[in-house]
Amino acid sequence: MLRVTESVNKVLLAVCVAAGLLLASGLATAQNADNSVDAELAERIKAGRAVFENRRKGNCLSCHLVIGSELPGNAGPPLIGMQARWPDRKALKAQVYDPTIANPNTIMPPYGLHRILTEEELDVLVDYVLSL
Amino acid sequence: MKWTNLIALLLTSMMVAPVQADPEADRLALRDFYQQKFPDIDLAEFQNGVYAIDAKMREQWVEMEDFPPYEIAIDEGEALYNTPFANGKSYADCFGDDPGVKHNYPLFDQARGGVVTLEVAINNCRKENGEEALPWLVGELAEISSYMAYQSRGKSIDIKIESPEAVAAYAEGQQFYYTRRGQLNFDCSGCHQQQVGQNLRAERTSPTLGHATHWPVYRGRWQFVGNIQKRFQECNIQVRAVPFKAQSETYRNLEYFLTYMSNGMELNGPGSRR
Repeated sequence: MLRVTESVNKVLLAVCVAAGLLLASGLATAQNADNSVDAELAERIKAGRAVFENRRKGNCLSCHLVIGSELPGNAGPPLIGMQARWPDRKALKAQVYDPTIANPNTIMPPYGLHRILTEEELDVLVDYVLSL
Repeated sequence: MKWTNLIALLLTSMMVAPVQADPEADRLALRDFYQQKFPDIDLAEFQNGVYAIDAKMREQWVEMEDFPPYEIAIDEGEALYNTPFANGKSYADCFGDDPGVKHNYPLFDQARGGVVTLEVAINNCRKENGEEALPWLVGELAEISSYMAYQSRGKSIDIKIESPEAVAAYAEGQQFYYTRRGQLNFDCSGCHQQQVGQNLRAERTSPTLGHATHWPVYRGRWQFVGNIQKRFQECNIQVRAVPFKAQSETYRNLEYFLTYMSNGMELNGPGSRR
C-alpha cells in the first residue's frame, strides 16, 4: 500500500512539475510575443522618423512642429496628440497620400500620389506620426 | 432661325467670351492682399523682400550691406558697359546716355512680338553690333545688368502693358504663377501668398510684391551674382519640376507679370540675399 501511495505521489509530482513547466513556458511564449511586437513597432517608428526628417523624403519638419525638433517650420499644424486626432489609421495614411482631396488649396505635397514616398515608407511614416 | 433666337445666341456668345486679364486690377488686389496680411508694414518696404517682415534677418542683412557682396559685380559691369564694341559703338548707342533704364524692363516689343527683358535687350544690342551673345544667368551679363540696376536705383518700376498681345503675354505669366507644378505640387502663390512669412525650417517665405525690385542678386547659397531667371530655375528645381530655359518665352512672360506686380515700387538692386 505504501509503495502504491509513493508511486502515486511520484506521478502526481511529475504531473505537477510538467504542468508547471508547461504553464511557465506558455507564459514565457506570450511574453516573448508581446516583446517582439513592441520591438517591431519600435523599429517601424524609428524607420518612420527617418523618413519624416529626411530632406529628400518627407522633409516634414519643413512645415510641421514636433516637440523637441530643431528649427521646425510652421506652415502646417504642429503634430501632437496624433492618436487622438487621427483614431483611424487609414484616414491618416490617405491624408498623407493625397491631402488635396480633403483640402484642394493645401500646399502639402501629395506624398503617395506623386510617388515622393513608397507604400512601405508611407506606412512607417504613419506609425511614427501616430506615436507623436 | 427667328431674329429673337439670333439675338439670344448673340447675347450668349458675348457672355461666354473670354474675360481679358486686367493687370492693373490684379496689381491693386495684390497690394490689398499684403496690406491686410501685414497691416503695420508700409508696402514700399517690400522692396526689401523678406527683410521687410523679419527684424532679426533684417539686422544681419543691413550689416552685410556695409560691404555689399555685389559691389565687385557693379564695378566689373561698369567697365564692361563702357568698353566699346569692335565696330566702335557701345551700349550707350542702344540704351542712351543714362544706363539707368532697368525700370522700363521687361517691356513688350510689338515688332518682335514678345517680352524683352533687360538681359535680352543687352544681348540684342551686342548682336546688332556684331558681338556674340553672353550666357544669360551669371557672369558678364549679370555684371552688366548689375551696373545698370545700380544706375537705376531710386527709379520707380514703370512696366507698360498696352496692346492685346502684351496683355496676353502678361496673362500667360500670371497663369504660370498660379499653376502647381513639380513632384511637390507647389505653385508660386502657395508659398509667396497663401503661406507668406511662414517658416520653412529656418527660412521665411517672401512676399510677391517687391520680388522684382532688387535684381540681380548676390545669393549666399550661390556665392555669385545672378539674374532673376536663375532664381526661377532654382525655384522650379526646388519643387522638383524640370526648369525652363533661361529667357524662354515662359520665363520672360513670368518676369513680365511678376515685375508688373511691383509696378510703381522703387528699384534698389542689385541686392544681397541669403
